[in-house]
Amino acid sequence: MSDWERASAARVVPPARPRKLAKVPFVELADGRLQGVVSSGSDIERVYVSSVAAGSFTYACSTNNNRPCGGARGGFCNHIRALVTEAVLQYGADRVVRYLRVETDADTAAGITGAMTATRPDLGDKSAAAAVFSRFLRHLAYLELAPTTLPLPEMQWFPPTRAVA
Amino acid sequence: MVPADEGGGLMRGDLLTADIDGLDEALAAVDAFDQALVAGLLRPQAAQAAGLTALADAVAGSPLADRVAGAAEKASTGSAAEDDLVALAAARTALLGSVHDALLERVTEATGRPAGPAEAAGPGPERPANLLVAARSWLADLARCGWQGLDHEVVAGAAPVVSAMLPDPALRRLAALLDGFAAELAATCPGVTAERFPVRRWADLWARGMMLTVPGAADTPAAGTATGRLLPLGVDAQEHATAVQAQVHAVFEPADGGAARLVRASVSAPKPDTVIGAGLWKLLRPHMSLLAAAGEGRSMDITGMPVTAEGDLLWSDEHARPGEPAEAFATARVALPAATDLPAAPLDRHPARLAVPVFLEGYGVEQDDGGLTFTVAGQPLAVDTDRVPAAGPLTPEKVAASGACIALLRWDDGRFRVQPLAVETTVRKKAVAIHAGGWAGGTTEKAGVQAEKAADAAVGVLRERAGRLLRK
Repeated sequence: MSDWERASAARVVPPARPRKLAKVPFVELADGRLQGVVSSGSDIERVYVSSVAAGSFTYACSTNNNRPCGGARGGFCNHIRALVTEAVLQYGADRVVRYLRVETDADTAAGITGAMTATRPDLGDKSAAAAVFSRFLRHLAYLELAPTTLPLPEMQWFPPTRAVA
Repeated sequence: MVPADEGGGLMRGDLLTADIDGLDEALAAVDAFDQALVAGLLRPQAAQAAGLTALADAVAGSPLADRVAGAAEKASTGSAAEDDLVALAAARTALLGSVHDALLERVTEATGRPAGPAEAAGPGPERPANLLVAARSWLADLARCGWQGLDHEVVAGAAPVVSAMLPDPALRRLAALLDGFAAELAATCPGVTAERFPVRRWADLWARGMMLTVPGAADTPAAGTATGRLLPLGVDAQEHATAVQAQVHAVFEPADGGAARLVRASVSAPKPDTVIGAGLWKLLRPHMSLLAAAGEGRSMDITGMPVTAEGDLLWSDEHARPGEPAEAFATARVALPAATDLPAAPLDRHPARLAVPVFLEGYGVEQDDGGLTFTVAGQPLAVDTDRVPAAGPLTPEKVAASGACIALLRWDDGRFRVQPLAVETTVRKKAVAIHAGGWAGGTTEKAGVQAEKAADAAVGVLRERAGRLLRK
């Protein structure tokens, strides 16, 4: 076995890279999708819940009130494009390409988006939206959890790293 | 023994590179078991059965022998119950505990410091068991599917358990562990297409999670109180996507004139994955005044501060007030050599948990593709600069240019290495101390101020979104 396989403190997931959250407060590679939440430019109470499935690139976009996004009929809407852009900032192009299984050498959000739209992906149903939105709320809830001064010995397994995604 | 007046700089480097009897054999049994988890225990093949037997054989001379032999046999036929999996996790934990003890003995010889007492804490209050049962059930599912069988469905099983545990600080240990573990598993899904797995690491996290599902195992009760002077040595930071912890290592001088000893004070918080870098110090700072004291080079006077048998101060600002200036390098040169080391709780005996403060001086520095190496007393000692947080003034370049170093001595994948907490280097002919946790208490450095501003903005956006969307 290589050293990495026998290291207790092996680094597995590179830390997220800093990005501005105003437009896209939440993006993640999870549940076999690139998914996230995009703030509406016109209504402060409204957000769009958007996702693209790995492999098929089946996409979906709807508001938090479960109304379909008008822009996502014939292809990726601007919310989904913003989602890809922010995912590339947060995770790096490599990880996004690998997770979504995009066949491309592109290392930019525009290139990755182009490679996906070129396959003419289908518009999916809204079934994922509720799950994605609840993941977002769960994510926000982390800010409300109280810090503690009880020691967490297990965090010794999670050293910081200077490497970037 | 290294005489105290010569400082810890004369660490016996030779002892850190010499072989340790039985170490390879113990780790071979651990590896054999860990390989069984790669394919999973649902339908074990002959190789996996052999791995399970190797683990059972390794503890055959211990009180665990019968229980583990039975568990290994059942697991070999794919019929292990959750209790059997706990028994296997316990056997692996015990083996690595023995490795930890052998390594610690070597470290104690090398530093020449007095060893701490091996105290065992009594069990704390019983916790509600239902969440522990749920966590164990998820870990059992993981063991059955194995790393190669990972899919989003099995990984997603962790989320509701973690969400339910996080609000209770007493369950934070297991919650933070499972949360970080699940994120790594999710990033590797599906397992069938992964080229390789962090085999030792994931088996560590799995076994540790299993042990923490035993009621009472995660308790860290106070064993007494501490009154006296606290001299900070440095700050160690740890983080995964959704949790951060800062630990201040310090020498504690009891007011009653008792022997000085090493202690630790920890503060941790769950966090959204987009709050990173300097933002993490901001998250933790309001909850432990010691962070600012460590950053400013100040001692603290503590009165009646609860402390565990392992030397973990259960910090509360009401028991502490700022003391006199205390430069960390003066502490390392004068107070550290006579301070007794921290004892480890029985369950916490694991090589990855070794983090022993040491002071190094007069070393050679070599830089190559594999990273930075100090030459200490003629022996090479790898320097883990990757563990130095990016949100701080200490950089690998400054470590390479240093003449003295306060570090944590650690051990991983077969060798000792040091993690710099602070270095002394010469800037315009003056000796300057640079701390890894230099921004912990705040900073006026331009890069630090900018990083804090960016982190503020991120938290601001999330709080605004949470305020509008969360309570509906």
